[in-house]
Amino acid sequence: MVTSFRSKLHNFIKNFYTLLIFIFLYAPIVVLIVFSFNASKYGTQWEGFTLDWYIKLFEDRAIMKSFYYTVAVAVLSSSIATVIGTFAAIGIHNMKPLRRQVMLNINNLPILNPDIVTGVSMMALFVFFKAQLGFITMLLAHITFNIPYVILSVLPKLRQMPKDILEAAMDLGATPWYAFRKVIVPEISPGIITGALIAFTMSIDDFVISFFTTGNGVSNLSIVIYSMARRGLNPKINALSTIMFVSVLLLLLIVNRQQGKESKKTYRIKGSEM
Amino acid sequence: MLKKYSGHPYIMWSLIFIVFPLLLVIYYSLVKASPETGKIIFSVEGYKTFAQPLYLKVFMKSIILAIEATVLCLIIGYPIAYIISTMQAKTQKIVALLLILPMWMNFLLRTYAWMAILKKNGFLNMFLEALGLPTVNLLFSDGAVLLGMVYNFLPFMVLPIYTVLSKIDKSVIEAAGDLGANSKTVLRKVVLPLSIPGVMSGITMVFMPAVSTFVISSLLGGGRSVLIGNLVEQQFLSVNNWNFGSAISVVLMVFILISMGLMKRYDAGEKGEMSLW
Amino acid sequence: MKKLLLLMLVAVFMVTTTACGEEQVVLNVYNWGDYIDESILKDFEAEYGIKVNYEMFASNEDMYVKIKQGGTKYDVAFPSDYMIEKMVNEDMLVSFDAASLENYKHIGEKFKGLSYDINNEYSVPYLWGTVGLVYNRELVDEADMMSWDALFDEKYNGQILMYDSQRDSLAVAFKKLGYSLNSTDPKELEEAKQLLIDQKPLVLAYVTDNIKDLMLSEEAAIGVDYSGDAFQILLEGGTEKFGYSVPKEGSNMWFDAMVIPKGSEHVEAAKLFIDYMSRPEVALKNVEYVQYSTPNVSILGDLSEELKSIPYAYPSEEELDHCEVFVDPGAFVEEYNEAWVEIKAN
Repeated sequence: MVTSFRSKLHNFIKNFYTLLIFIFLYAPIVVLIVFSFNASKYGTQWEGFTLDWYIKLFEDRAIMKSFYYTVAVAVLSSSIATVIGTFAAIGIHNMKPLRRQVMLNINNLPILNPDIVTGVSMMALFVFFKAQLGFITMLLAHITFNIPYVILSVLPKLRQMPKDILEAAMDLGATPWYAFRKVIVPEISPGIITGALIAFTMSIDDFVISFFTTGNGVSNLSIVIYSMARRGLNPKINALSTIMFVSVLLLLLIVNRQQGKESKKTYRIKGSEM
Repeated sequence: MLKKYSGHPYIMWSLIFIVFPLLLVIYYSLVKASPETGKIIFSVEGYKTFAQPLYLKVFMKSIILAIEATVLCLIIGYPIAYIISTMQAKTQKIVALLLILPMWMNFLLRTYAWMAILKKNGFLNMFLEALGLPTVNLLFSDGAVLLGMVYNFLPFMVLPIYTVLSKIDKSVIEAAGDLGANSKTVLRKVVLPLSIPGVMSGITMVFMPAVSTFVISSLLGGGRSVLIGNLVEQQFLSVNNWNFGSAISVVLMVFILISMGLMKRYDAGEKGEMSLW
Repeated sequence: MKKLLLLMLVAVFMVTTTACGEEQVVLNVYNWGDYIDESILKDFEAEYGIKVNYEMFASNEDMYVKIKQGGTKYDVAFPSDYMIEKMVNEDMLVSFDAASLENYKHIGEKFKGLSYDINNEYSVPYLWGTVGLVYNRELVDEADMMSWDALFDEKYNGQILMYDSQRDSLAVAFKKLGYSLNSTDPKELEEAKQLLIDQKPLVLAYVTDNIKDLMLSEEAAIGVDYSGDAFQILLEGGTEKFGYSVPKEGSNMWFDAMVIPKGSEHVEAAKLFIDYMSRPEVALKNVEYVQYSTPNVSILGDLSEELKSIPYAYPSEEELDHCEVFVDPGAFVEEYNEAWVEIKAN
């Protein structure tokens, strides 16, 4: 009976703490969603419910175009960074200590440098090679600052992995590629997924680096938003963010239900095999 | 073969996109257009200027703020990472995604939303008043800045820790229990040490960008202080003194890399291999 | 895995090919965020068949670095006065005779021959304004609002908002002390700096665009703001409740103008665009959206009542007495910056 109470208390504390954290994380999100429906341009008072900002949003060519670029760059850069970063993490993990330290320190540079330094130095790099600034240069810059986060997410999983698992697999007859695919990747996959998520996050919200590495009409959402700084953020932006948020939530729900269905299927099959 | 060449593509990439720009920055920090002739000359003026008490003060303030934010993120974040790792597998993934989802909303928007919550006539006070509690004056204080920083960096502390915790070999924990350890000891002596790699990554992903963050301080702190990030941006943009701006960046880089290196000594690390630093 | 790679390849292919392969003239226009009625761009495209690539920047300094470093050939940009001066000094602008543009005649005389472009050969004014005090009539003594002293008055402790910009804040201090806001005298700068350091405990915050939100929700009673920005507060909160004034000691007058950066490959089309923006109907449409003050005097009579009724939107000579335009401080900007760091670090 005592343990039952303790575990109930444990559960309560766990759930309460989780709830607190989520309230903390989502409070501003709720606020910004509410403001997207506010007839007033400023968040000072509620002047009535309106869908005006949503309508104005779709009429705004610059914002919609920059939204498209934002998503394209985020998806592309995080995917490419995840691939390069995962292989890099494996490589770094297996390097001799000196080389590893050097690579890790180099890897840290994009994370630790102020954005302006990364942005300006990459711009200088592109200009040095006489490249036209635009989508490709912005993409290259995003991949560059994404890879370190992927590496930092995958490395701990590699360290956690039993050391000789690769050898063991190959001793049992697996080719290196098969061992990689079926042994290493599953072990480190949470790290890979986390890395991809974080990379995507960094990319979607970047302003300074993007600003200095793009041009020729290619803009991203952050640039559009930050450039409104002198004038004040138009609630069209709130509307766009709300749409983004709701879309991702819906996606999550759908994927979740799909997976739920699939796991039911396997269960049934397993059951029938019994 | 995989082990040997796996890292090579990145080595190439980093040489072009990280090392070369780095060399550019170091170059800028060491040259200046001579005031007399206008030609490019070698100059450590940037470094000398930075050595003044005014700028060192700014530097220290940024470091301290970053440490505070990182420690808070660790204290708040570790428990939540642990809690998520104890959830059902399916729920874990959803919760992890929900954790980072707010970060996909634009940073300025989120920060302005916090201002709307924390200001004198903001939502927090409205809520407190409705409950009959006294109102608080949180906006434009150091507390608000810390809150903003924790808010923006928390997911980056939680996720790496969670990914490591989620796959801690259950049998190890069971074995410890079998050998007589209660849950507290298990946590302290087994789980915690095993999660260190994740903690290290989390600290890296929080502390390093935190040092050069300044927008949160400008908005939630009411621009009442100046941080190293402000300084660097001013030098590159308003003042156009790339020499000074680059010098500050180089000092920052060296300082942080050394301190991160020192910290890794505490890291259990692989057996028998000493880190460089 | 293979499917993912293929998808990525297709995406990259699609994006890169859509970026090129058009023969028509494309103008790269570089402006502040939310600083134009975007339907005007569509109208321009429809009328002339010239496509507009519209990019935005957050500050003059950002714009300067982008244009200076190259990488994009901008055709029209909208810098502010002191930045135009700097760009002229560094030979970054195309010289064209503004008077050769058909619609230049609509620009008021007092907006021609300004210090940053004396011969009207590099720019055409776009929007302009002043820097002044925006205040909540219910929370302040209106008599105090005609002097910068109000910002340093104990009476308004914790109710004061300063602008988070070194030049604007230093300008306020210089003007209060009776100096020029372009002062490069170290002694005067030292005084201004000390004044601002002493003021700091009274200041609620150093803000930028969020000043509107803070004023409207009564977090503060008085603040330093650009006229156009302050007008938003007056329009939203009503002129019975909010006021704007340009203190008697004088203040800053600013101008945002259209220029053609060197490196533009479509100078004639750029001039066409600039001329278009000065057309009375177009300028009117724009001003009704942006709600800042226009230099286009031909449309002053056609402005909406709302815009006409804003105080100081179209100030008299008297009201503009002692107002100065910012001049590029050259190397002295480093001293300004150091002073600003000291003020903030305290």
